[in-house]
Amino acid sequence: MSKQRLQNIPGNHACALGAVAAGCRFYAGYPITPSSEVAERMSAELPKVGGMFVQMEDEIASMGAVIGASMGGVKAMTATSGPGFSLKQENLGYAAQAEIPCVIINVMRGGPSTGMPTRPAQGDIMQARWGTHGDHPIIVVAPDSVAEIYSETIRAFALSERLRVPVVVLYDEVVGHLIETVDLQPAPEEQLASRKWAEGPREGFLPYRADADMVPPFPRPGDGFRTHTTGLTHDENGFPTQAHERVEAVIGRLLGKLDRHKELIESYEAVGCEDAEVIVTAIGISARAAKKAVATARKNGIKAGLFRPITLWPFPEEAFRKLSAGASAVVVPEMNAGQLALELERFAPGKVSALTRYDGEHIDPSQILKRIEEVLS
Amino acid sequence: MNEISADSFDINEYLRLELFPHFLCPGCGHGMAMRAMLWAVAELGIDKDNLAIVSGIGCSGRMGAYVDANTFHVTHGRPLAFATGLKLARPDLTVIVITGDGDSLAIGGNHLIHACRRNLDITCLMLNNEIYGMTGGQVSPTTTLTRFTTTTPYGNYEPAFDACRLAEAAGASFVGREATLQVPTLKNLIREGIEHKGFSFLEVISDCTEIYGRKNALGNSPEMVLSQKSKMRPESYGGLMSNKVDQPFRPNPFQTGVLARNERQEYGELCRRHIAAKQQAE
Repeated sequence: MSKQRLQNIPGNHACALGAVAAGCRFYAGYPITPSSEVAERMSAELPKVGGMFVQMEDEIASMGAVIGASMGGVKAMTATSGPGFSLKQENLGYAAQAEIPCVIINVMRGGPSTGMPTRPAQGDIMQARWGTHGDHPIIVVAPDSVAEIYSETIRAFALSERLRVPVVVLYDEVVGHLIETVDLQPAPEEQLASRKWAEGPREGFLPYRADADMVPPFPRPGDGFRTHTTGLTHDENGFPTQAHERVEAVIGRLLGKLDRHKELIESYEAVGCEDAEVIVTAIGISARAAKKAVATARKNGIKAGLFRPITLWPFPEEAFRKLSAGASAVVVPEMNAGQLALELERFAPGKVSALTRYDGEHIDPSQILKRIEEVLS
Repeated sequence: MNEISADSFDINEYLRLELFPHFLCPGCGHGMAMRAMLWAVAELGIDKDNLAIVSGIGCSGRMGAYVDANTFHVTHGRPLAFATGLKLARPDLTVIVITGDGDSLAIGGNHLIHACRRNLDITCLMLNNEIYGMTGGQVSPTTTLTRFTTTTPYGNYEPAFDACRLAEAAGASFVGREATLQVPTLKNLIREGIEHKGFSFLEVISDCTEIYGRKNALGNSPEMVLSQKSKMRPESYGGLMSNKVDQPFRPNPFQTGVLARNERQEYGELCRRHIAAKQQAE
């Protein structure tokens, strides 16, 4: 392993380097704490590989420009934080509706509103899933280390391109600013591919007729397909329709697309869940604390386990149901008022104990350990 | 570039005829703007495969769908933001933005001034009909004073933007205005705008007959179009420095023709030069 591959860098830099390794060649963004280092690093890295960096006039424009670049066939990304993430939501919905691949980094800070720009939080768990209006497909991945920010950013591009769906990389300020060692290995071959390009006859081409995998091939502008792209509900030909039987079919495919590829999308880490009496479920820096708490509990003779969704949305429901079936309690430490706990309550009814904190401080392992002991007593 | 006479220009070659009849109201000026635009495209010999139309929301926004090209109907007010990404990623495409007075001056105003400042090689066609037609006729940033709309039931009391002065002040390197009254003149302006290397802002005075015209008793469609004549003063106002009008509001009569032009560096080229220098240094 070359020396240069191992680097001590903050999470936000690892994100930028992961994007470049994934083949991202367009970045548009707007400064916002605590995500700005992603933009700064992209502005330094992209020119080296022939990529375009542009600082746009606002968050909305950044999201628009990213989608515009991707419409042109280029892998594109933006990064933001809470308030900016809110502003991007309309265009994010456009990307979901028109099936334009794009990656959005959201480094979570305290909210609501301007909140606590320099303090960490995990309050965007639900915004990441439901932030834009209407039913829509979206993938959210939630890395908990600098190394994982690097690898999950690469995977985010792979999923986005493969499935033509926006992918959010969601992590908190702590992980974003954490400095850790990361192995900057090249992106795995199978995660480097661009979207499936449209080929074959131009005459009669239907841009939204999906293949058997429920993903339509992407007509690259300039290749002679001359198609129409719109945020209006559209039929397979790309033109607007409000005919209810057609709407059901096309929106049904949009929503079903992720179900079909569940195995590709889902990712989680499970430690000691098989015999666990209590399972701790968390993301980001809260998961790091949970890992420590679970290890200490095990040392103390408590059968504790960790279930950490790496793909947060769609939530790895089946795996969680299976692994938590034997446990009597599920402790959910999270830096918000209980967003993930509420979701898990659906899968483990009556067992969930939310450990929430929204004062701008991260959750300490000792707090989690205490809660583990409490739920078992 | 070939001059194509009005008679020999075949607009059908540039249309998705299977989508007709179109959805614009009878007498709407937008169709004439579309004819002028496609006529300019034809004269310039632009390959339809390499033509990208990006439009926002509103009556103007829906026009793109009828053009046989790569057409992108995006979110309200954002076509210039989308087009900026598209043009930077794909400099090989000719990118034309179709927007309206509400789309570009109200909800998308920020994108307009920054597109002017950046000077990326995009042609922006702003169809000004002084009204939010698609949503039923609400007041817009260009509605003439005292006019009635569904949200100014007692008459409009807000001043109207002069979009061209705004664009020029923000740095657009090509600014022009024409009305739908003279399609060949409009075509020539659009052609010049597309040919111009840099950001071109073109305001097209268009009429909303069904909603705005009817509500304000401005006459039928031909009468409205003819009345444009009395409002136009076809001369350049010579740029901001020499301009006698000291407010960004639209005067009446309004100036038409090429109103501002300079040959400053195009943004995409600047970007590519910056990248090339960095790559050479690596």
